[in-house]
Amino acid sequence: MIHFVLLISRQGKVRLTKWYSPYSQKERTKVIRELSGLILTRGPKLCNFVEWRGLRVVYKRYASLYFCMCIDEDDNELEILEIIHHYVEVLDRYFGSVCELDLIYNFHKAYFILDELLIAGELQEPSKRTVTRLVAAQDSLVETAKEQTSSITNIIAQAAK
Amino acid sequence: MGSQGGFYQSKEFLDLVKSIGEARSKAEEDRIVLNEIETLKRRISEPDIPKRKMKEYIIRLVYIEMLGHDASFGYIHAVKMTHDDSLLVKRTGYLAVTLFLNEDHDLIILIVNTIQKDLKSDNYLVVCAALNAVCKLINEETIPAVLPQVMELLAHPKEAVRKKAIMALHRFYQKSPSSVSHLVSNFRKRLCDNDPGVMGATLCPLFELIARDVNSYKDLVISFVSILKQVAERRLSKAYDCHQMPAPFIQIKLLKILALLGSGDKQASENMYTVVGDIFRKCDSSSNIGNAVLYECICCVSSIYPNPKLLESAADVISRFLKSDSHNLKYMGIDALGRLIKISPEIAEQHQLAVIDCLEDPDDTLKRKTFELLYKMTKSTNVEVIVDRMIDYMISISDNHYKTEIASRCVELAEQFAPSNQWFIQTMNRVFEHAGDLVNIKVAHSLMRLIAEGFGEDDDNADSKLRSSAVESYLRILGEPKLPSVFLQVICWVLGEYGTADGMFSASDITGKLCDVAEAYSNDETVKAYATTALIKIYAFKIAARRKVDMLPECQSLMEELLASHSTDLQQRAYELQAVIGLDAHAVECIMPSDASCEDIEVDRDLSFLNDYIQEAIEKGAQPYIPESERSGMLNISNFRNQDHHEASSHGLRFEAYELPKPAVQSRIPQALIASTEIVPVPEPMYPRESYQTTMPSIPSDAGSAELKLRLEGVQKKWGRPTYTPATSTSNSTSQKTVNGTSQGDGASTVSSMRETYDSRKPQVEVSHEKQKLAASLFGGSSKTEKRPATGHKAAKASSHMVEKSHVPKSSMEVASDKAASAQQPPDLLDLGEPTATSTALQLDPFKQLEGLLDTTEVASAVNGAPAASVSPDIMALYVDTAAGIHNKNDADLLSGLSNPSVTNMPGTTAMPQVTQSSSKRPNPKDSLEKDALVRQMGVNPSSQNPNLFKDLLG
Repeated sequence: MIHFVLLISRQGKVRLTKWYSPYSQKERTKVIRELSGLILTRGPKLCNFVEWRGLRVVYKRYASLYFCMCIDEDDNELEILEIIHHYVEVLDRYFGSVCELDLIYNFHKAYFILDELLIAGELQEPSKRTVTRLVAAQDSLVETAKEQTSSITNIIAQAAK
Repeated sequence: MGSQGGFYQSKEFLDLVKSIGEARSKAEEDRIVLNEIETLKRRISEPDIPKRKMKEYIIRLVYIEMLGHDASFGYIHAVKMTHDDSLLVKRTGYLAVTLFLNEDHDLIILIVNTIQKDLKSDNYLVVCAALNAVCKLINEETIPAVLPQVMELLAHPKEAVRKKAIMALHRFYQKSPSSVSHLVSNFRKRLCDNDPGVMGATLCPLFELIARDVNSYKDLVISFVSILKQVAERRLSKAYDCHQMPAPFIQIKLLKILALLGSGDKQASENMYTVVGDIFRKCDSSSNIGNAVLYECICCVSSIYPNPKLLESAADVISRFLKSDSHNLKYMGIDALGRLIKISPEIAEQHQLAVIDCLEDPDDTLKRKTFELLYKMTKSTNVEVIVDRMIDYMISISDNHYKTEIASRCVELAEQFAPSNQWFIQTMNRVFEHAGDLVNIKVAHSLMRLIAEGFGEDDDNADSKLRSSAVESYLRILGEPKLPSVFLQVICWVLGEYGTADGMFSASDITGKLCDVAEAYSNDETVKAYATTALIKIYAFKIAARRKVDMLPECQSLMEELLASHSTDLQQRAYELQAVIGLDAHAVECIMPSDASCEDIEVDRDLSFLNDYIQEAIEKGAQPYIPESERSGMLNISNFRNQDHHEASSHGLRFEAYELPKPAVQSRIPQALIASTEIVPVPEPMYPRESYQTTMPSIPSDAGSAELKLRLEGVQKKWGRPTYTPATSTSNSTSQKTVNGTSQGDGASTVSSMRETYDSRKPQVEVSHEKQKLAASLFGGSSKTEKRPATGHKAAKASSHMVEKSHVPKSSMEVASDKAASAQQPPDLLDLGEPTATSTALQLDPFKQLEGLLDTTEVASAVNGAPAASVSPDIMALYVDTAAGIHNKNDADLLSGLSNPSVTNMPGTTAMPQVTQSSSKRPNPKDSLEKDALVRQMGVNPSSQNPNLFKDLLG
């Protein structure tokens, strides 16, 4: 099971955190501090895995961003590495060649996508196409909803005049 | 979709993100965030905020919280947002609450109702959003509130909903297995879902169910195998492919399940062999995901009933992993090796060099994984090398979590496989010295127990040697600054118990040291207590031996200090000491018998000596004692309280319909009935401990605080595991040496001290072949004849940074020529010695001089040993030494052994520990000089602690 997902920039700035196991706010801060100290300092040719408090943290660097997932000891590390890649590919499809800025300004969308990919710490959907489609469906609904609200507000605004 | 400017982001939000991005320090970032929090607090509580604005505020709260600040003031607004009708707003609300709230948060109660409503929505996207929240927020208490709806959703037309519903049920099962146990059959049904995504999701809960109860799912083996077969044959839609692998995530999940189902079940396993073999063949090992599947295959193969062909494929994959340049694959390879080694131990041998490479890799992750492997393959033959390595690594790291783990592993291995008690004590000393505060206190107890009990009733002499060597090593260690508390407790106990037992050290020496300890660690009351009790013992033994007791002045001042101590425990001990000193020899003998820590103490559990007193009291009309558990009044009260509690909690949750409280109440009632019907006045086991503790001071209350009592009682026997392997013979050899070391006058000592010089030179020989030797000592000697040439080449190459370059070709040549010759001949030794000959010559001189100072006989040996020539007898002497020790022969045998090469075939055991031991045996000025020599030599050869190096050569 995946205990949490972290996105940290090379400078140690947090871009996304998703906790599937309960951690208090205090613990979260501590975890992030510990892990960024551990992961950001590692050389490029070393393992993509770190042992940490009896758990494993699998991380992968994409440009300036580190994607980290914390798993149990007996999970398959290579599989998690692939899940990270999977997530990045979906993000890439969604944003169209994704960059860190996309995630900084649209972090909530990164969360929505992650929610379609992982649920309760497990991979729920192995097909990229399905994930993309589902997220697009939600967006289009949001889009129409937005149009509706704006038209309603317009109507109200006009009526108020 | 544009990269910036989403729909509901104002300039304010963009500015916030930007300014935080540009913040140059954490302090600056914090300041910005605190400002933002102030702004949001103000704005968010304004009336009539438009929804769009509100949504943005919530997103900003998420952002703040992500940066590690507290946004709890806005949680309630996020909760309110989930109530909204529009999906647009609702979705953000759900996202925020799932990020903000843990399952035990009070606000969750406010969301349950909304979730219930949304799960019934006809818009499947709303249902999806609600299910996401269910997975994160629903806790044990609220499961029944949403369970029926989630169950209905299992038949929802949209696969996305079915999938999430399955995952939600999985989550419920994790949180409270009993709440969904009656629904397990639904998971089986969903396995046949037409959508592969739903089927894949079903594998998650099934894996968990099977892990808890394998036997009820054996019937599914055929189904799983056939699904896996179809997946591997690419029957699924291309959408599930990943780097040309057909649905690898599903394959991995299935392999995990098969591994569980096939474990120890021949019949089930036979169904799997074909499909797993197919996957081995088809898997593309060039992609990451392909390797992930291969790794999972290995895990599966090592778990199910072994099949030679599959094991072979697995071994092939492992060797491919280990040979790869990628650290990730090496890591997986080491892990896989650790799994396979349980079934076919011989496989490790082929990879010994790869394993050594990983062990010496700068990557900590890889190193730790390799230690894990070594831990799994430890046997009595390689325990010394492995534990030695582990301790070295333990000393070098600062990560306390891992330090604790590796320390406990060292202890475990040492307890299980220790070749001799001597070695065990020394290993324990090292572990304690460097990680003492991290190891379990039980370890300290078992060490004390070992020293106290020795290794047999039959050999008192060996026992006392063991003790005096322990005493001696502790006196030496006490000189070091800042020892961990637990270790000091052990030291104090041993010094008190056995410090003066062999007469080698005077009571004033030991008491002086103990006072030093108490003074140096004056903040640690436990250590002080141990030290005080040790003082009591030493004085008591002295009094019992009818000798005059004169207290050292520092001891007296310590006592004065303790008599006025704030700690009643310390005070008590100080008074006890005073009292003991005032008693006569006979009385002291009775209360503090010498060497009686293993004697069983008879405990009068019934306190029968109090019977008269009680009888008298009852006759006078006193109430008989009723144990707490049987006092009926108490019971009722607690029962009421329980019921109250349950009612209150169910009111609070507003879910009266749930049966949650029932099982708890039911379980309580029978217990109460049993207890109240059983009217035995005073059942023994119910006695609270304190009742006899106060009357009989010899029962320990706790290990730490009652050290005085430790020695008097038999409880010790329950601590630790009875897994020592007492190797009487080896210890005999050391005791033999002690005798030799102390009696220097006669001729025998010539040999023993010569041996000493040889011993001390030994590490220099190791260096050139360190790696090869390490491999041999780890993996045993069976790879000698064929594998060694290759080993030699590589080892020489790899270790060239340690030895001067000029030696490298020479050594590999030597090894090559060795290949031609038979492996078990004396040339082995020469081949070993030769390459380092020059370096030995360089390093030898200072030691020769020092040794010359030590003993005239040793000068003779030094003259004898023209450096290059002396190397080979050197090694032989070493082995002769141990061999002779094992047979408990006298020293004359050693000389004959020197001239007889066949002796070298004797199994060598502990060489290195003996060096330090024997060199420290003599309590005279030579001691310090010799130690100095040893220390300098260690300095010259930093990587020379490898007792088992010659093992492979000697068989």
